This record gives sequence, structure tokens and C-alpha cells, in this order.
Amino acid sequence: MTSRRDFLQTSMAASALLGASGFGQWGRIAAQQTLTQDQLLQFETFGNVSLIHITDIHAQLKPIYFREPSVNLGVGKNKGEVPHVTGADFRRLYGIEDGSRSHYALSSGDFTALAEGYGRVGGLDRVATVINHIRSERPDALLLDGGDTWHGSYTCHHTQGQDMVDVMNKLKPDAMTFHWEFTLGSERVQEIVEGLPFAALGQNIFDAEWDEPAELFPPYKFFERGGVKIAVIGQAFPYMPIANPGWMFPEYAFGIRDENMQKMVDQARAEGAELVVCLSHNGFDVDKKMAGIVKGLDVILSGHTHDALPEPVLVGDTIIVASGSNGKFVSRVDLDVRDGRLMGFRHKLIPIFSDVITPDAEVSAAIDEVRAPYEDALSEVIGKTDSLLYRRGNFNGTWDDVICDALISEREAEIALSPGVRWGPSILPGGDITREDLWNVTSMSYGEAYRTEMTGEYLHVVLEDVADNLFNPDPYYQQGGDMVRTGGLGYRIDISKPQGQRISEMTLLKTGEKIDPAKTYQVAGWASVNEGTEGPKIWDVLESHIRKQGTVSADPNTSVEVVGY
Amino acid sequence: MQLTRRNAILMGAGAALAAGLPFSVVAATGEEAIAAFTGGAEVGEGDIKLTAPEIAENGNTVPIEVSSDTATEIMVLALGNPTPAVATFKYGPLSASRTASTRIRLAGTQDVMAIAKLADGTFVKASSTVKVTIGGCGG
Repeated sequence: MTSRRDFLQTSMAASALLGASGFGQWGRIAAQQTLTQDQLLQFETFGNVSLIHITDIHAQLKPIYFREPSVNLGVGKNKGEVPHVTGADFRRLYGIEDGSRSHYALSSGDFTALAEGYGRVGGLDRVATVINHIRSERPDALLLDGGDTWHGSYTCHHTQGQDMVDVMNKLKPDAMTFHWEFTLGSERVQEIVEGLPFAALGQNIFDAEWDEPAELFPPYKFFERGGVKIAVIGQAFPYMPIANPGWMFPEYAFGIRDENMQKMVDQARAEGAELVVCLSHNGFDVDKKMAGIVKGLDVILSGHTHDALPEPVLVGDTIIVASGSNGKFVSRVDLDVRDGRLMGFRHKLIPIFSDVITPDAEVSAAIDEVRAPYEDALSEVIGKTDSLLYRRGNFNGTWDDVICDALISEREAEIALSPGVRWGPSILPGGDITREDLWNVTSMSYGEAYRTEMTGEYLHVVLEDVADNLFNPDPYYQQGGDMVRTGGLGYRIDISKPQGQRISEMTLLKTGEKIDPAKTYQVAGWASVNEGTEGPKIWDVLESHIRKQGTVSADPNTSVEVVGY
Repeated sequence: MQLTRRNAILMGAGAALAAGLPFSVVAATGEEAIAAFTGGAEVGEGDIKLTAPEIAENGNTVPIEVSSDTATEIMVLALGNPTPAVATFKYGPLSASRTASTRIRLAGTQDVMAIAKLADGTFVKASSTVKVTIGGCGG
């Protein structure tokens, strides 16, 4: 790996020559580090079973930048607990050195400087190399995909998920569960799932009319690995028809259904399972609660909330593993299963540093092939940014600030609403914004940018409703996204209060006036879950806006005052 | 989702008799319905299970299930509805299972409660908060 390491060091030395511009102290520390593929993959094989977990890829085939959140507040029992610890606090908690590769990969703070030093992350061809390496040490390792795989990019949208299906098949997963996949529509989901060479699992995917398990998605599957009988139970995102447009998949009902999960665990154990693994798209706090209720789950591979944790969290005898998002991480979990029970584990969250890990040639070629017909459209430069553009954070991100600006100016609105999704890579200051970048933060099957009238009272109801999805103290009532982003509208939120009392001081930023409950406002937004929503596509709105701007900027957003944490 | 023969089948499968809305006229509130059902007896915890979604996918048709090993009657209440009484299921001594599934309409986020009268004449209850939301955006 000498050449890649040299490349990394060389690129950083070149940056250093440019002086201090955006290249801070951590960059210099980074330059002194020697990061190699061997170090990233170093793992002493343990026990008799290996699990490989990847989740929430959101169709990111190529390496990207991805800034982790600096605001991720926990409520109730999860206040101050991981994953609700960010930035320097996160690094202190895990003993991560400032400026280290783990700082860059796992936490916020000095992101731009570290990104310039450590480079991009992810890329499914690099992921393939990591998986192949683990399989070289443990040939029968199980590869489990937590879902949100067939959504999130230009090529994924235009191929209706086929690009991701083709590339993922090269990685040879053993099982998968689901969330955004369903926004392709149930017909397309059925078409793909029927052709999958691996198990499509979901104990909580039910037939909506009969409230019985959906036949297309078995609850679990048995695997015999290392002489151990393993049951992998799927848990799809519980709130799909609420958080996403249910009219696109009316045949299905979901829910947490922990009583059915218990039934499946008991059934699998009765059928001889020595190890029970839950491949989950619940979100981390929901998984933690479920682990305390359902008995007999050895491992939960947790997805949906995009948390990347360097160590598993233990709840009773259950290990919960969180493996990040956007192809940025792969988790390896080695397990020692003897006499029908789990005796021990060894875990590593492997960050996919794309300048350090050699791409797998076959998967690289497959990625190039699916992208080739779209390459011109993907690479067209729409504009530039002089700010870091990112999305993650409970209340706002600079990408969403730009999107809200676009909605207000292009749709001639007073207030903009942008969904609190957690996918979407980052762009460094000074970087070009290509069409691919726009689609990476907006692509979806219901991307219409609507313009409508809302009363001040209704706007308050909307904010309260979304806030309760995020800050209800009981995780089973949370849906796992972030707060709806607002443009042109400021507010105060007390996250410790119950629904209806969290949001106050709503202000129309343009005039500084308080929002009048009785008055009507012009509101633009996108990603409505309602059928029949009309408007231009959000990526077209954003492209038009950025073309006019030339270079976009996102000043620090101070429109939301957060208290009660 | 429309109310179809499905509901009738479900109730039949539970070997239960749905007594309709016996309190709809005389009992306007949940408390009055409970008092009429229990005759003012104390309601404890025990042999009654209520299964309901945490968040309703559609507030107009929320699937719920009640079950008990020893109940002779189970009353279901949607405490936040204008008319809280939903149904009372009655089981005879030969009932193979004391279970009922149905779908109910909820006016908004509220507690759904099941109160069972057990064979020994005591009353037990279980309740569950069902959130009805306007929908949003997941991760």
C-alpha cells in the first residue's frame, strides 16, 4: 500500500505549501500519520462466526465526504448517552485523539481541515476490498445489508435502484432489510426482491389488509456458519407509511411489533438457533429499547439513524452495533458461539478511507458501467460553494440552508420547509457543485417542490408534530429523522417539554415579526408524503437557484434557539 | 382501507360476540363507561393483553388486538375519541380462545384501554398510547 500512503502524504504536503488556507493544526498532525490499508483491516480473527454489517448506503457508489453531526440530542433515558454525544465530547468518551483518523471519521469538528488531509470516504469498490479481506480470513462470514441501499443518487433514481442492485450483488450479501427501497413503489420492490440472490427479511413487514406477515419478506433465515446454526431476523423501518408516502406501497403495513419479534426469536431458538442476529432498520434508540424487551437477541445490527459507534453498546446480553451511513463504514463482528450460546465477541468499525483502501477492480468496473450512460449529466458543474455544505444535525445543516434559500427564491415563498433526512454527503469549501451532488442530497421518488398557504397555527402544528417524532422521550414513538429544516422562519424549541409545548417564539425572519396563528403564509417545501403533490422537482429548483448564484454561501444558522437539554 | 367482511371474519375467529356500543348513549365519557362496566369495582393489572401500534399508520383504521386466558368480557375504549366506547367482547365457557382483533378509528393521539372482567369476577386493564401523526420524513 506504499503508493497510496505516499499519495495521501504527497497530497497533504502539497496543501501545506499553500499555507494556512483551510488547513489547520489537525491537518499537520494528520500528515504525520501513516495510514495504511493493513492498519485499517488489522483484526485478530476470533471465535467461529464473523458478521459483516453495512447499512444506509443511500446509493453512494463513489467516495464522498461526509461530516458527522455536531448536534444530536438525546431525550429521556437516552439523554447524554451514545449516539447522542458529539464532537469533542464523543472523542473524550472513546479516548480518540484530536486530529486522528478516528476524529475525522467518527466525529465533527475541524472537518474541512481533516477532510483535506484524510480525503474522501466510502466507495463500494473499497467496501468490496474490505469485505473480500474479511472473507479471506473467514471465508463463510455473513454479509448483512441493513437497507436504505436502493435510494439516494442520480443513477439510482434513473435506474429505479438497478445500479445498486447490480453492484451490491457483486458483494454477495446474505440478507437485507428495508426502508427507502419501498419508495420505489411496491411493484418495483416486488420485481427486484423476487430476483434477489439473497434473503429479503422483515418480521415486521405485514400485509396491510389482512395484518398478516407479508409472504415476499420472510421474518428470518437460517445460516450454518462455522458449525453454528445462526438465525438472522429482519426488522424493516417501522414507520415507513408515516415517514414516507404510504400511498406508494399501500399493500404493506409495518410497526415495531416487538411481540412478534419475540415470537420469531422463540421460534428460531426452538428450531435450533444457537445465535440470533437481528438485522435492524429501527434506529439506534429503538433498538436499545427493543433489546431490553425482547429476550434472546444476541446481536442487533442497527441502522436507520446513521450513527457510527466505535464500540458496540450492550443492553443485557444483547450487543448493538451501529455502522454509520453512506458507505463510510463497514463493521466486522467476530463471535465465539459454543454450546448453543454466545461466549464472547470482537468488533471493529472499519472506516472506508478511500485514498488508503485499494478499490476492488471488478466492483470498480461494475460501478463505472452503471454510471457510464449518465456520466455527462452527473459531472456537469452547476456552481461552486465557498462554505462547507453538509446536512447532519438535529435542527439545520448548511446544505438544507441552501435548499431552503432556493425554495424561497425560486418558488417565491416567505417560508421554506425541508425534510429532516440524514442522508446526503458533504462538499468542501471551494468545491464545485455538480449535478450529481445536487441529486445526492435531494434524490427521491416524491421530490415535488410544492408551494402552499399555511396559517401560523398550522405551521406550529407541523413543527410540534415533527419535534415529537424526534424528542418524544419514549424511543418507540420516534421516527428517527431530524427536525424539519425551516427557511425564513425562526423558532425556539424546548426539547424537554411534551408535544404542543416545545415550539415557541416563531418568527418570520424577513420582517422580524412574530408568526400570527391566524395569518396565512406562503410556504414552499418538498418531499410531501401526500399523494397528488404538485410542483417542479426539488433538484431542478436547486439547480436553477445555484446557477443564478454562481457561488453559494451558507452563513452560520442562528434561527433556531434550542433549550431544555 | 374500508370496513369489510374482514372485520366480521376477525371477530368470528376470536369466537367473540361484539356487543356494539352498549355505552354510547348512557356513557359519554371513558370514566362513565368504565364505571358502568365494572360497577365501580377496583381495576388491577393482570390477565389482559392489548396489542396496538405505537404510531398509527392510518388513524382511520388502527389494528388492535386484545387477549386474555380467563376473561369473560373485554371492553375496549378509545379514551380520546368523542365516543370512547369501542366494543365489548364476550366469551362463553366453551370459548377456544379469548382473543379479538379489530380495527378502530382514532380521532387523534390518545390512550387505548382494554378492561377485562375475569372469570373470578375481578377486573384488570391494559392500556397503550397510540400516536396519530400528520407524517414527516425519516432518515
